[in-house]
Amino acid sequence: MAKKHKKVVVLPCGGIGKVYGALALETAYELVEKVRPGVATLTCLPLLVIRDPKAVALVTDNPVITIDGCPKECARKSVEAVGGQVAKAHEVIESYKEHRDLKPGGVAEVDETGRRLAGIAARELAEEVDELVAGEET
Amino acid sequence: MDIRVQTVGVVSCSGEEMPEGTLSRLACRKVLDERRGETVTICLPLFIAGGEEERTFASNYPTITVDGCDKRCAAKATEMLSGKPARSLSIPEILKDRGLTPPTKLRHFGPEDEAMVKAVAEDVSKAVDDVLEEE
Repeated sequence: MAKKHKKVVVLPCGGIGKVYGALALETAYELVEKVRPGVATLTCLPLLVIRDPKAVALVTDNPVITIDGCPKECARKSVEAVGGQVAKAHEVIESYKEHRDLKPGGVAEVDETGRRLAGIAARELAEEVDELVAGEET
Repeated sequence: MDIRVQTVGVVSCSGEEMPEGTLSRLACRKVLDERRGETVTICLPLFIAGGEEERTFASNYPTITVDGCDKRCAAKATEMLSGKPARSLSIPEILKDRGLTPPTKLRHFGPEDEAMVKAVAEDVSKAVDDVLEEE
């Protein structure tokens, strides 16, 4: 049986200058602040880049869901670079492909349509969070 | 013949877990939008996830880093993985110098936060001027 977890780390790419980077952030905030507060938790991705010991411990001791805004997959690669295991690697473009009526806009922060899409994506990712907490294989 | 530098790199910490990170991103974005052609950026984690082109960013452009906290991830990562920044700015220091209260929200900054974004953007823009003048 898979291990149960109290905490699931959600790591968006934090991409600057592209709408899908902003969508990745908004999805993560929605998941952490509204959909699964107290269970889903964030850390700053750049802390992994500089190998901050606390941030590295967080992603090596807990399951991680990465949310990337582009195919370069900075979030997933950054977790793996410090020895963390990515339980679920989500690319936000997939959320848009499934909901093409919700084309996100905005660059620094997403617009209202992007917020709606982020809300949907966060609720879908919440199922992964629940499975990880329950100790089920995702 | 001197070749003058015309483009400055601006690297913001993404600071996902703190409001100052959001402020840094928004202020840097404002500068990048207002000074198109003079400024370029790169997503900080690309120093790890990207290739040679990304890692030579700070060698190709004099770079200004903007950090949301005293861990200074943007400055450290840029120096470790790409090249020494020409300037390193800190949001807490900028807010302190200007007597501004730090932000409290992670997202959805509103009109009440505009002054803060504008103030930080002014300092980043001033640093761009300084670097362009020096180079």
